Amino acid sequence: MKIRLRFERATIGYGDTPVLNDISLEVIPGEVLGIVGPNGVGKSTLVKGASGILTPISGRIRVDGKEISELSPPNRARLIAVVPQATKLPEAFTARDVVLMGRTPYLGWLDREGESDFRIAVQTMARTNTNGFADRKIGELSGGDQQRLLIARALTQTPSVLLLDEPTAHLDLRHQDEILNLITSLAKEEGLTVLITLHDLNLVARFADRVALLSNGRVQKLGNPEQVLTPEELTSVYGMEIHVTSHPIHGTPLVLS
Amino acid sequence: MSEFTHSPEDGVIALSKSMKGRRTITPWMWTIGALLIMLVLSAAIGPVAIPPFTVIKILISRLPLVTLPVDWPTTFDTILYQIRLPQTVLIAMTGMALAGSGAAYQGLFRNPLADPYIIGVASGAGLGAVLAMAAEWPTTFMGMTVIPIAAFIGALITVAIVYSLARVGRTTPITTLILAGVAVSAFTSSLTSLLMLLSTEQLHRALSWLLGGFALGGWDPVLAALPYLVIGLGILFVLGRPLNVLQFGDEQALQLGLHTERYKIVVVAVSSLVAATAVSFTGIIGFVGLIVPHLARLLWGPDYRRLIPLATLTGGSVLLASDIIARIVLAPRELPVGIVTAVIGAPFFLWLLRRAKQERFW
Repeated sequence: MKIRLRFERATIGYGDTPVLNDISLEVIPGEVLGIVGPNGVGKSTLVKGASGILTPISGRIRVDGKEISELSPPNRARLIAVVPQATKLPEAFTARDVVLMGRTPYLGWLDREGESDFRIAVQTMARTNTNGFADRKIGELSGGDQQRLLIARALTQTPSVLLLDEPTAHLDLRHQDEILNLITSLAKEEGLTVLITLHDLNLVARFADRVALLSNGRVQKLGNPEQVLTPEELTSVYGMEIHVTSHPIHGTPLVLS
Repeated sequence: MSEFTHSPEDGVIALSKSMKGRRTITPWMWTIGALLIMLVLSAAIGPVAIPPFTVIKILISRLPLVTLPVDWPTTFDTILYQIRLPQTVLIAMTGMALAGSGAAYQGLFRNPLADPYIIGVASGAGLGAVLAMAAEWPTTFMGMTVIPIAAFIGALITVAIVYSLARVGRTTPITTLILAGVAVSAFTSSLTSLLMLLSTEQLHRALSWLLGGFALGGWDPVLAALPYLVIGLGILFVLGRPLNVLQFGDEQALQLGLHTERYKIVVVAVSSLVAATAVSFTGIIGFVGLIVPHLARLLWGPDYRRLIPLATLTGGSVLLASDIIARIVLAPRELPVGIVTAVIGAPFFLWLLRRAKQERFW
């Protein structure tokens, strides 16, 4: 199958200081790639590289064969959308305002949103179940609602790649499940290519098709959750004894300390 | 999807309706109406009082194809057209420029306390303008059009210094922005004072100018300022949508496909041009650029597509009102309008500082 997002021996960092070295990854349409690793290993840096915020120091990151850092911001945002963590959003905009901002890459200096933009916004709000609070201010919404709203905004960009940076960081168990179910169904049903960073190894085990375990700025292990989330790998990467058993219901790896 | 009861088609209709609803003309009627009323009042009040209705009649009589019976002294014509009206229009333009650029600065720095006065742009522009005046350019109309450019250069240099001083990592915290603004303002203001002390003869009138005394008279300053303000404010009016996106921070704005650096440079340059033009002809008037955008935000929401033009219109009314107060409170003496805006504005600034953390209107 064709590769949508490809890291080709990419070294990414701030200024001349690399955080991630020699990263090679490939993600195909409809696939959810989970990125895990200890704090500070460079999970967010990976997202910044794939969204064009950081230009690789060496190597390349490509979307549909095009080098991401060479695309203009609008052209890039038409292909790649980012769901950031729902922290410090400007509170007074309404949910609808926020979702419509997903049309930014399609609008020029003098354009305003038209009927087709509204249509796309309404569809993505229906898809993410955010229509109920379209007129509410974002500052009044719960963390879970804000996170769904940011997913709606990203989908309104009609991207082919969705990057998510710790989308479940501040959510309770129910909302974690809800968000990740939404994301996996978007991948399966709409063929979105998803790259998601997650702290919680058990969530990765349940929702990711493949997992990249980062350690010391490199990809330590890449494969399906059963291959990557092993006691040996995790113990060496996290520097503590880690046990893995099987989830009694889902049958996926269950990581315990 | 169980909570979702409308079909997408209903949603499009509702959304379109709500978009049209927000384009309601009510705030525009209020702001334009207030501005017109303040223009007439400002032209009516003075040592020779002209009744407001007579002001309106005189203005209408000047329209082409209109003949009205002249039931007013002809001196009223002269007073109105040669003294009052140019002053009034210049004050309105200044208020509009300060409020419009204030709204844009606030949006750009994502900081509710950014205004041309506080971040030092006004005093930087003042220094530039005084330097130009020291060179005795403003004796001709062409010279007058050069002052805004000198003020603009002063403003741009100041904003660059303040912004680089205030920046901590990738953000611009409120405290450092104010501190840097105060420090740079103090420095440029003292340079301005020094310049004026060294050349008292040429720059005598600059003293009252610097306090916001509207010392320049006649239509020349209005005509000199007009092109800069029309172009500058016109550009700011179409920058509302990118400013909205910038409220989510540079990183998200870039990920949403905005040419962030390009837009930021344009907003800084254009806002500084607009603020500098105001300073060039009316001196440094504080707090209008701070209060008015906040008032507009409280009344009509945070959407910069509406906020900037509405704040601009309101700024004209507010400065005209302040100027009327300045003229009548110690009549026949006239206070510099900058004193009035500071007396009203400084307590507001403190109130804002206290509330900035809790409010959801930002």
